[in-house]
Amino acid sequence: MNLSDYKGILVVGEIYDNKVRPVTYQLISKGRQLANDLNTKLYAILLGNNISQFANDLIYYGADIAYIMEDKILENYVAELYSAVLSKFIENLKPEIVLIPATHTGREYGPRIAAYLQTGMTADCTDLQIRNGKFIQIRPAYGGNIMGEIITPNHRPQIATVRPNVFKAENYDKNRKGEIVNVKPDLSKVNLRTVIKEIVKTTQTGTKKVDEARVVVSGGRGIGSKEGFAILQELADLLGGAVGASRVAVELGWMPKSAQVGQSGLTVAPDLYIAVGISGTIQHIVGMKDSKIIVAINKDPNAPIFNIADFGIVGDYREVIPIFIEELKKELKK
Amino acid sequence: MKILVLVKQVPDTSDVKFDERGVMIREGIQSILNMFDQYALEEALRIREQYGGEVSVMTLAPEQAKSALQKCLALGADKAYHISDRAFGGSDTLATSYALSLAIQKTGPYDIIFAGNQATDGDTGHIGPQVAEWLGIPHTSYVEKVEKIENNVVTVKSLLEDGYRTIEMKLPALVACIPPPNFEYSNPTMSGIIKAKNKPYIWMKADDIDGDKSKFGLNGSPTRVVKMYPPPKREKGQIFTGDYREAVRKIIEHLKEKKVIE
Repeated sequence: MNLSDYKGILVVGEIYDNKVRPVTYQLISKGRQLANDLNTKLYAILLGNNISQFANDLIYYGADIAYIMEDKILENYVAELYSAVLSKFIENLKPEIVLIPATHTGREYGPRIAAYLQTGMTADCTDLQIRNGKFIQIRPAYGGNIMGEIITPNHRPQIATVRPNVFKAENYDKNRKGEIVNVKPDLSKVNLRTVIKEIVKTTQTGTKKVDEARVVVSGGRGIGSKEGFAILQELADLLGGAVGASRVAVELGWMPKSAQVGQSGLTVAPDLYIAVGISGTIQHIVGMKDSKIIVAINKDPNAPIFNIADFGIVGDYREVIPIFIEELKKELKK
Repeated sequence: MKILVLVKQVPDTSDVKFDERGVMIREGIQSILNMFDQYALEEALRIREQYGGEVSVMTLAPEQAKSALQKCLALGADKAYHISDRAFGGSDTLATSYALSLAIQKTGPYDIIFAGNQATDGDTGHIGPQVAEWLGIPHTSYVEKVEKIENNVVTVKSLLEDGYRTIEMKLPALVACIPPPNFEYSNPTMSGIIKAKNKPYIWMKADDIDGDKSKFGLNGSPTRVVKMYPPPKREKGQIFTGDYREAVRKIIEHLKEKKVIE
């Protein structure tokens, strides 16, 4: 393999519910920085059907070339299909780095691409750096107890999946110039044996998605009932956030699985995470410890969540949250 | 129906500790069967119950992982394959998935392959999709339930961040499983443990699986871990007891400063 044949950075964007997933722009913003550091080009690609209206935004966020791969067959995401057409596209484009969102879908099709191209892949990165011209991929392991720096020295492309919300979508500039290239999927590798029968959303319509929200208010066993979550929703709404839950709260049927934060649920890293009535098992902490500000409200002064909280209030949420809401309303009126 | 479950033994991450140089303190750390894999196994056993067949389990790991495979046998698996060879030392996910795919071809064919969606140590979630790619079969990750198998088609429920999808795949296929929140892990029974002793336990070496040996182990691994270190510690913050209003005001003040509230 001649490493110098591989040039540029490719961000694989994702369409979800007919919109571009925010992580796409976060990766383009980070990719722009990395491309500047390496003095190379930034490419971005979106796959789907009738998606050309999104091309400009890819450029405004920083892509030099926005590839739009449209086809009727790409309307619904399917792992074996998306991995096959992306594999062929990447094989042909020869980028040195590929960034893929560490969403449920990205974590599903991404590894297949790395296996097809027989190259290295680093999962769930929480930071990416260029050091002495080398691409350093930083990720947690062992339930977040350790950080590892990983390189792919002799294989190209170097593929990384990156968690949503670890980077900011920034420097949106409508004057930025770039090229939009329409491409057709190479279907030669496709052997479609998968059929999507049904897509069911368990998140209430109109409420924010926990994995995309900048503020998450989560409740655990201490909430005591399904009804108890109403006041968390009120607080979340005021903050423009979403309501999450611990595994126990999901187990007890108080919240849907799509709200579950933790090892067997969602990993989130919002600007603000408010843990209410959550003791803070290691499995929960793994899913939220990279949040920028953590506030914990719990009756038990010995709850482990207080060890990682920036602010903690020892008390009953039924008394604390109404005051929080009241004070917040005063503040927001100003 | 021939069913295979890929499993891994992992350190119990709920009590894993590292020293200042990022080296794991192995003393006193329990090795356990990865919880995602145990769920995959229990789904596989349920499918066997329903449709008949044989459940094999397979791992690629040093000898000490035997206890994890024995647990699988004690829980009800019929046969274990333990691939263990110095040649596989230092394997990353690409090299591991390659070796597993060779062993699968050698011991198969299988109608359906189960794997955990991820392991609680490395947490990559690569092995399932990559084995499927090497084998050229369809796969689905985040499978919370295998609904049914009919006319050579498996129907699964696969979780999205905000819901789920019902997906059908033609067999052979691979499903990477994630336990539902209320799942209760069973422990082997005494009779299960006794029966396990008489079940086939097959050791495999690098020579027993055909393939390109340059793709085994460290040599076949494109990635290198160059550094490990403990994550930056979060400093213990301010804990308030008593005056909630005062506490809330301080927090709101901080949120304004950090522009979370504007």
